Amino acid sequence: MEVNLTLVVITAGLMGCGVYLLLERSLSRVLVGLVMIGNAVSLAFLVAGGPAGRAPIVEDGVTTGISDPLPQAMVLTAIVITLATTAFVLAMAYRSWQLNGHDDVQDDVEDATVRRLALRDATSDAYQATTSDYPGDDSSGDAGQAPEDDPVVALHDERGTT
Amino acid sequence: MSALVPLPVLLPILGAGASLALSSYPRVQRWLSLLVLVAVVAVAAVLLVQADREGPQTVWIGGWPETLGIVLVADRLAALMLLVSAVVTLAVLAYSVAQGMTEDEEGAPISVYHPTFLVLVAGVANAFLAGDLFNLFVSFEMLLFASYVLLTLGGTATRLRAGTIYVLVNLLSSTLFLISLAVVYAATGTLTLAHLAVRLEELPDHVSLLVQLLLLTTFGIKAAVFPLSFWLPDSYPTAPAPVTAVFAGLLTKVGVYAILRVQTLLFPDSPLTDLLLWAALLTLLVGILGAVAQSDIKRMLSFTLVSHIGYLVMGIALASRLGTAGTTFYVVHHITIQTALFLVLGLVERRAGSTALMRIGGLARIAPLLAVLFFVPAMNLAGIPPFSGFIGKVGLFQAAQADDGWLAWTLVGAGALTSLLTLYAVAKTWAVAFWRTPREAHEALAAIGGDGEPIPGHDTGLVHEHRGHVHTPRGVVSKQDIEEARRLGDDDTPDRDFHTLIEAGEDTKDSPLGMLLPAGLLVALSVVLTLVAGPLYAYGDRAAVDLHDRRPYLTSVLGEDLR
Repeated sequence: MEVNLTLVVITAGLMGCGVYLLLERSLSRVLVGLVMIGNAVSLAFLVAGGPAGRAPIVEDGVTTGISDPLPQAMVLTAIVITLATTAFVLAMAYRSWQLNGHDDVQDDVEDATVRRLALRDATSDAYQATTSDYPGDDSSGDAGQAPEDDPVVALHDERGTT
Repeated sequence: MSALVPLPVLLPILGAGASLALSSYPRVQRWLSLLVLVAVVAVAAVLLVQADREGPQTVWIGGWPETLGIVLVADRLAALMLLVSAVVTLAVLAYSVAQGMTEDEEGAPISVYHPTFLVLVAGVANAFLAGDLFNLFVSFEMLLFASYVLLTLGGTATRLRAGTIYVLVNLLSSTLFLISLAVVYAATGTLTLAHLAVRLEELPDHVSLLVQLLLLTTFGIKAAVFPLSFWLPDSYPTAPAPVTAVFAGLLTKVGVYAILRVQTLLFPDSPLTDLLLWAALLTLLVGILGAVAQSDIKRMLSFTLVSHIGYLVMGIALASRLGTAGTTFYVVHHITIQTALFLVLGLVERRAGSTALMRIGGLARIAPLLAVLFFVPAMNLAGIPPFSGFIGKVGLFQAAQADDGWLAWTLVGAGALTSLLTLYAVAKTWAVAFWRTPREAHEALAAIGGDGEPIPGHDTGLVHEHRGHVHTPRGVVSKQDIEEARRLGDDDTPDRDFHTLIEAGEDTKDSPLGMLLPAGLLVALSVVLTLVAGPLYAYGDRAAVDLHDRRPYLTSVLGEDLR
């Protein structure tokens, strides 16, 4: 099968940039990354469809030299889905901005709590006999999060209940 | 050929449209969606009988010449999954209708709920029936989009936070799916499963291995197989109870179904047993260890959900008739049980105001019916002998024993350990949330820095202060911790615990019959599964024989000459 190298290179470039953006904290950048990946995938389908040819319309019974219509139909579906996705993620980013003043992807609250409780268990066991000083920890100090969002809760502490 | 095959997809889709048009008539909307789902259950039941008696039922959609168009196939496995999912979604819908009628949850647009739910049902049904990979992709997108909307229903801060991760992870997996579709098409020129089954064999080994790994990774994300399961426990618990219930019951199982279908139909010669067994092992252990660490019942159950996916993957990995039969039975059991548990948990949350273990207690005396409804499926989940969970696990262990590799035997050990740890996790929940009194819960919470003042004049001697530390029966907490905890509140949980609610007389006294009934019926169904385990297991075995034989599926789609 003949492969169009330009398409492959562009696909790889778009995919790389998309993945890089996907690793950002800000939801709008993540969205741009998703769109780039979506386009990369569409191009990948063009590569998968084989060599380019005439528009896939059968005229006078001539069926040679036309490009494969099936991948194009699939790409069309994929594009529609990407469009819907973009709209939904944009709405989420906007709502997040409305609620929090930023659109950063946030940490799992309970995970942070469990992590912190575990740390606290270790430290309080070690220190309780000698001192009431509590060594501060900043285990959930994420760069992307405002301090007031820091998910510190002792309310879920289980020590007294089990 | 049966004209019934497209109905489980068509009915909910049409229902969703009608439901959207009728959004200003909530009463009509409710009855319409209930009616549609009842019809789907009936159709699925008929399909099950037909598929069992006459072999796989196929329909070529759109009137294209056969083997060119889009095919829907209902073989034994698909029909069974269809029936179970239809029953479960019907119960969940009835439950949510009752919930919506008793409490108009603020900010939850009920008019959107019904159409979205029906689209979800259509997506799930389409995934089970899909006869080609692209249709499978489209059905994944249908159910995922519906799930995005349901998960972020109302757009509250918590749901948005959890929803973001869920949406992004699933978008990524969809992209991965598309890439694998492109690879498959480039390599074989078709996406119809039956054609692929014939053509993939002609490919060089490394190409078909690449295709297989791509597909397994994609479905692994959907099915929440470790290490691709990290997204699940954070996103599921924040949604409304019925939504969590249907997600937990069905969505991961769609992924498992896809893995099973692809492994048996497309790659019978490359079962990747070792790789999948390792994945199953880690899923079992990591999931259940996470469950043990949780302090919220919903999250605990989400982790057990991840963990028990390991059992299903184990059955698939063994790639034997016994293993597949075990997985088929276990899927049915697990869908029912997990949905039932989350529905009951919704009732618990409604009654006690929270599902955080810190805040509730004494439900066994205050709401005995709820306690029973929780206890039975919880024991079933852990695999206590008379129940179907036990039978499913024994079946899978037998399959592993027949395989007789050291890894399979390790899996048996890990499976038994997971079963024990599940028992530990649910027993802990039972002891804390149902046995102790709300007052004990309140005191323990107050002592370690929760809200609410200690109760004056009431000293059980359980909790006391000494040299700047608060001593509780199970540990010592520094006062500084307590102050810090008081300063920073958690906005995820309501302000008051169960005891405070009872004291103020503001707890919800009753559970509405409309919610109790579906939850109770699902629990009853899970018990009935135990009673009909014989015939059900035999059916699963017949499905497994079909799956490994492949000929029934292939001839029903492609005709006798497999073209």
